[in-house]
Amino acid sequence: MTLPAFELVEPRTLSEALRALHESPGAAPIAGGTNLLVDLRGRRRAEERLIDIGSLEELRGISLETGWVRVGAGTTIAEISRDRRIIEHGAPLASAARTFAAPAIRNRATIGGNLIDASPAADSAPPLLALDAHIELRSIRGKRLLPIDEFFVGLRRTARRPDELLTAVCWPLPAGRSAYRKIGRRKADAISVVSAAVRIVRDEAGVCRTARIALGAVAPIPVRAREAEGALIGHRLSEEAVAAAAGFARETAQPIDDIRGSAGYRRRVVGVVVRRLLEEIGERGNDE
Amino acid sequence: MSERTIRLHVNGRWRELNAASNRTLLEALRELGYTDVKSGCEKGDCGACAVLLDGQLVNSCLVLARQADGRSVTTVRGLGTIDDPNPIQTAFADTGAVQCGYCTPGMILAAKALLDACPDPTDDEIREALSGNLCRCTGYGQIIEAVRLAARRGHGAGEGGRDED
Repeated sequence: MTLPAFELVEPRTLSEALRALHESPGAAPIAGGTNLLVDLRGRRRAEERLIDIGSLEELRGISLETGWVRVGAGTTIAEISRDRRIIEHGAPLASAARTFAAPAIRNRATIGGNLIDASPAADSAPPLLALDAHIELRSIRGKRLLPIDEFFVGLRRTARRPDELLTAVCWPLPAGRSAYRKIGRRKADAISVVSAAVRIVRDEAGVCRTARIALGAVAPIPVRAREAEGALIGHRLSEEAVAAAAGFARETAQPIDDIRGSAGYRRRVVGVVVRRLLEEIGERGNDE
Repeated sequence: MSERTIRLHVNGRWRELNAASNRTLLEALRELGYTDVKSGCEKGDCGACAVLLDGQLVNSCLVLARQADGRSVTTVRGLGTIDDPNPIQTAFADTGAVQCGYCTPGMILAAKALLDACPDPTDDEIREALSGNLCRCTGYGQIIEAVRLAARRGHGAGEGGRDED
């Protein structure tokens, strides 16, 4: 089926793109197109004007800046999956990128697109929640940084204003150890049934000082399991503490039945995944 | 809806066409006669429409033709022809990896992208690299064997994109 008719605005610079978005705030930015074109073709979206940001160099690239990692919104998932800086300073995101859809999609899909689509199963979201990431939004009025847990506001809804463009995601160089797991219907090219990312900072005595536990595909938005995190603070990663955190993660989940899995399965498995990730971090020993 | 003229460097040859804003790269290539690029699911699930865009595997159903303006496209015909096949194509024939043939162009290009990046892949790497290409004749066993064989023979690394004429 052909795509519906739309006008395609082709800015050459970021400022031209922001101007175009200001002039037509209902327009949809398009980069890799791996979500947007599918939704337009399926008539689930009906924007009449698209702004092609796919060739804007200003939106691409990964950099380390005084204590922060910055990833341009137009950076592809494939680039993120093999970048040494991401592997070192954003390990759960690199893991998620390696199991994101299939190679041809990873070569086109961008991190900005994955976030703006705001699917509950967005693969990049749990790792970025665990990394305390911030979302950079720009308009002709200026720039603002939003903590990622304020960015997702409802099912497929974000805090982006209609004239804003998601231009980058950044996070502080992470302390502690992290781990990520995705459960899909098959090993590759699968949409998450459940996913989780955890990051734990422990002191010399092995006591948890910071805990992040983020869950995907078990609620209307990617969420942090804050009670589960709280259950770890002040404790070692003992069997009891891990079991308590896994139990709280199950309670945080508000899963639904869909074609990929039942709510009951998701609730059960999210606890198992969180427990295993915490055990994995425990086995890897104390922070260096 | 506005059209504009774009240029695509397809299999080593510059081609021009008028592209409406909603024209996909898949549609543009087939209109130019590159019917070796197959139209399957049109939503990025099946890989039948895969091409190499500046050497990278993409689903051409999910690229706007205008987004490919000025860029290089390799279709399976650009890798080799019946008279002068690429080693991957020969390996697909030798292992019986082709049944109905519809998935084959995408499979071969996915294999090409893999072997360019990783000349000696493990079976898991082969399966992962082909995970976005569906075969409905259930011929995966022979397809994986074909990629293994092409790797053993040395698959003819390089950018591809030779002129088909």
